[in-house]
Amino acid sequence: MPEIRTETMTVNMGPQHPSTHGVLRLVLELDGETVRSASPTIGFLHTGIEKTAEQKKWVQVIPLVERMDYLSAQSNSMAYCLSVEKLLGVELPQRVQDIRVLIAELQRINSHLVWLGTHGMEVGAVSVMLYCFRERELLLNINEMLAGFRLFPSYMRVGGLREDLPRGFHEAVRSFADRLTGKLVEYEDLLTKNEIYLKRTQHVGIISAADAVAFGLVGPIARAAGVDYDVRKAFPYLGYDTYDFAVQTQTRGDVYSRYLTRVGEMKESLKIVRQALDRIAPHGIYAVDDPRITPPPKDKVYTEMEALIQHFLIYSQGFSVPAGEAYVPVEGPRGEQGFTVISDGTNRPWRVKSRSPSLLACQALERMIVGNQIADVIAVIGSIDVVMGDVDR
Amino acid sequence: MGIESTEIPVLTTTLEKAVQWARRSSVWPVTFGLACCAIEMMAMSCSRYDIARFGAEVFRGSPRQSDLMIVAGRLSRKMAPALRRIYDQMPEPKWVISMGACASVGGVFDNYAIVQGVDQVVPVDVYVPGCPPRPESLIYGIVQLQRKIDQSKMA
Repeated sequence: MPEIRTETMTVNMGPQHPSTHGVLRLVLELDGETVRSASPTIGFLHTGIEKTAEQKKWVQVIPLVERMDYLSAQSNSMAYCLSVEKLLGVELPQRVQDIRVLIAELQRINSHLVWLGTHGMEVGAVSVMLYCFRERELLLNINEMLAGFRLFPSYMRVGGLREDLPRGFHEAVRSFADRLTGKLVEYEDLLTKNEIYLKRTQHVGIISAADAVAFGLVGPIARAAGVDYDVRKAFPYLGYDTYDFAVQTQTRGDVYSRYLTRVGEMKESLKIVRQALDRIAPHGIYAVDDPRITPPPKDKVYTEMEALIQHFLIYSQGFSVPAGEAYVPVEGPRGEQGFTVISDGTNRPWRVKSRSPSLLACQALERMIVGNQIADVIAVIGSIDVVMGDVDR
Repeated sequence: MGIESTEIPVLTTTLEKAVQWARRSSVWPVTFGLACCAIEMMAMSCSRYDIARFGAEVFRGSPRQSDLMIVAGRLSRKMAPALRRIYDQMPEPKWVISMGACASVGGVFDNYAIVQGVDQVVPVDVYVPGCPPRPESLIYGIVQLQRKIDQSKMA
């Protein structure tokens, strides 16, 4: 009998694939159905945002960074603003800090809802996606209330916020929080004990806590593996140490643990949202009182010469930031993110470098996939929640 | 189209009209999400906006089963050959919607990395402005495309 010739098969997945969350390309080496090796190829969405930022004024960078990780837009702009404010040496008013916390947590819920929906759809639970997007639309309504834009409100500004909270904001957020509390139970009913979902996700895409640390993984992926690291607890910013919430951790590090971690995080975020709402007065100070960076109110621009000059200066040449370097990490929906901002003392950044959690998650992809079946690749890519805009920038 | 007889249900029409009607009523898009606009494209296909009302909800994973490519997001120079290849794999007749400022003209990213408009790579039928466009805008774009298909001549 002639010897059977066996060889592995190389399969190219992406860059156009409905489950690669954008334009990730994976070159998979398959032995039958088992994945032997996987090498991610990135760069298909390289946008040159960091380079473009060097040509913009400090404030003009905010819309750019919001388009970087497009599911956590306001966490990006908040991280950027915090770094620039550190260089400027600005002390934020308490109300601004509370509003930023509130918006960041709403953004986290928003991102996790998209994640839950798309991940559910990819493993076969299409109805979860329709439900998650239904609730997410309410969050986009809140964004629209804030700044008239669904995805990228650009509501954060260096030194505070663009304008005061709109009328009816508190009621809208509160009714959303009340609604989502019940809806989360509904999502969990659909997935948590669903036999098919358990079969697809348990013991799949495992990464150990030691590996997670070695790969520099952060956020829900690391916490699902048992690494108790959350920037909000480890390096509190914006007064997160005064809020009552728990860091969600699991131990097994598989796709299912990541699901549990993220659903738990949504519940904790709702807790923070409620606490922040109680602290925020409906009207009040919304930006730091610093004539260098905060534009004067419109009624003064029309009546006072000094205010007009100040307005003109801020909107024509912008403000200068003292030379130096700053990095303020925040806990975004995907983990520790932040911007290393370097200034040479002019009105434009000299360098803006983003630390993106998705890039590191891509790097650890091979470790999670190898040894699994090819059908599990979809579940694993979905579970690490990469946003290619964040990877390639 | 006209009803010929009231007793036997028969419709008379021209072949061209029948074909246009069939093509316009089931435009199947290929899932080709690139960046932020893809999220709004997903929102358009989900509960609130429900593109199924316009017969275009069947997003196909394979370009060989689709009629419409919605280029949703910024197109980098590295991705451009892949985009062209996917377009070439789609069977005729096919249409392209350029969704968003980046796909249409490069948007805010006037730099070395981004193709300044997908019309440099593939022929575009409808441009939808916005950064990203609201789902309503995209639905309007699809309706415009359907109108265009209605007026097209059968080759």
